[in-house]
Amino acid sequence: MKSFRKLVRPYILWSLVLIVVPLILIVLYAVTTGGNRLVNIQFTLDNFKKIIEPIYLTVFSKSFQLGILTVVICLILGYTLAYVISRFNEKTQNILILFVTIPMWINTLLRTYAWISLLSDNGLINSLLQTLGFDSIPMMYTDFAVIVGLVSDLLPFMVIPIHTSLCKIDKSLIEAAQDLGANRFQTFWRVTFKMSIPGVLNGIIMTFLLSISTFVIPKLLGGGQYMLIGNLIENQFISIGDWNFGSAISLLLAAVILLAIRFMKKIDKDETEEE
Amino acid sequence: MRNALIELKGLAKNYDNQQVLKGIDLVIYENEFLTLLGPSGCGKTTTLRIIAGFEEPTSGEVLFDGVDISKIPAYKREVNTVFQKYALFPFLNVYDNVAFGLKIKKMDKSVIEHKVMKTLKLVGLAGFEKRDVQSLSGGQQQRVAIARALVNEPKVLLLDEPLGALDAKLRKEMQAELKKIQKEVGITFIFVTHDQEEALSMSDTVVVMNEGIIQQVGSPEDIYNEPENRFVASFIGESNIIEAVMKQDLLVSFDGEDFECVDKGFKKNEDVEVVIRPEDIDIVKPDKAKLKGTVKSIIFKGVHHEIVVETEFRDYTIHTTDYFEPGLKVGLKFGPDDIHVMYRMDWV
Repeated sequence: MKSFRKLVRPYILWSLVLIVVPLILIVLYAVTTGGNRLVNIQFTLDNFKKIIEPIYLTVFSKSFQLGILTVVICLILGYTLAYVISRFNEKTQNILILFVTIPMWINTLLRTYAWISLLSDNGLINSLLQTLGFDSIPMMYTDFAVIVGLVSDLLPFMVIPIHTSLCKIDKSLIEAAQDLGANRFQTFWRVTFKMSIPGVLNGIIMTFLLSISTFVIPKLLGGGQYMLIGNLIENQFISIGDWNFGSAISLLLAAVILLAIRFMKKIDKDETEEE
Repeated sequence: MRNALIELKGLAKNYDNQQVLKGIDLVIYENEFLTLLGPSGCGKTTTLRIIAGFEEPTSGEVLFDGVDISKIPAYKREVNTVFQKYALFPFLNVYDNVAFGLKIKKMDKSVIEHKVMKTLKLVGLAGFEKRDVQSLSGGQQQRVAIARALVNEPKVLLLDEPLGALDAKLRKEMQAELKKIQKEVGITFIFVTHDQEEALSMSDTVVVMNEGIIQQVGSPEDIYNEPENRFVASFIGESNIIEAVMKQDLLVSFDGEDFECVDKGFKKNEDVEVVIRPEDIDIVKPDKAKLKGTVKSIIFKGVHHEIVVETEFRDYTIHTTDYFEPGLKVGLKFGPDDIHVMYRMDWV
């Protein structure tokens, strides 16, 4: 075993250069002022104070609103889809789950462009409407477009954990509920849904995190008319050049994500202990 | 007076062109402890699941109090099931598991509490209400499962190999306990098992099944002492099964000798099979018996020795507390009522 240990070294170096060093830099940037001129850096917490200024708080609240709306829609669509899939036999289930995951193999950017060509004023949907004699409906650069983009992007992250927890339910529990007098609806609410809650929580956390940190979809489908957390960070680094403030927001977001993942792992652990 | 409660008429079930049940006819009476006994794959669990409503028969009827219920969904039937692996709800505590069925029926809270407590006491789990079902031992989970079914006051309790997962000592305890509970609540128990000893010690009626067909229905004594065919004889305990010819009433011939017996009603010179239980054969001096042989082996089994005696025609298995040296010449003796004559099975 010992001789193989050396093989790990390139990986350690790799992680140091590409993960640890940038992280340290972000932390460093987040607690200092003075931008890239390392000569006159000063330690400060002003960057974090800036986050709670009203203008940025609106960005956060808008992000959270959009995130929650996306999660709710994903939950309704995703649970239905996962439940329907779980009713098929195992072979068909595997194929259906494959179909759910196929979009994830294609770059988000490309998928978003595909939505543009569907939703834009001269796009596929509006052309069709016009051919049928209806007025065209402007859809691009609206909340609707952003939500459509986000939901289609994030749906697999909701479907897969829910499907997994639905599949794990012991069939005899369903039979036990029916045996005790529960009809299909009561069986679903009192047993199936209760048993799938861990999957639902996992799905909610994953889709919520991904929806508040995205920036491509709101930028392309929302036309940059409103700022979300992802866009805010991107702007600080690319357009405005305030790397310190950008780092502070990134750090805050990273902390939220880490906490959420910890919570997720705890749910998973409780679930495995139950078995 | 025994009243018929459930009647199965020509029950058949196919899975993917495979016949699991091939026409089951059975009458189940009120207040009886009936056991479906057979090797795995004999159709006993399928029969139980059809009565519970989890499977629909391919053909045939299930009459409950004279009404056909084979198309009625499980949740509307007046039966409750104790599942093989208990199937307790892991997200509910002991109390809520037991109360599940009563809450579905929207009973009064105080009524529910009274019934749940009474049932928990019946199964010996008073004081366990708040416990998490995951933290209970196998035997305790079993009791919760029984309480959860009984609290609904069903007319029939179905038990699908409920003791399969317990160790030998606990099994014995639960067997006695189940029998006691059945007497106390006074309802019909339909019990599925592959363990013949369990079936014989608990049941009022044993139904022996094999390959989707009922082989014999009877009291444990009938099944053991008067098996109807080779399958029943070999499945219930150990036995010597011998091909024989029924010369006339009360006279059967095998291994080149004629023996007096107590069976009659067969045709003259009909081919039959004879069962002699190992404990019914006495080992005597060679000149004192019609059958003679040599002790081939002797194995100590705890209460008795299992001795195999080799004769000219076949090996006989004998259970006795005495010891006989291998190689010893002996005679095998049995009386007329130790011989049980059966119809020969044509499908073996």
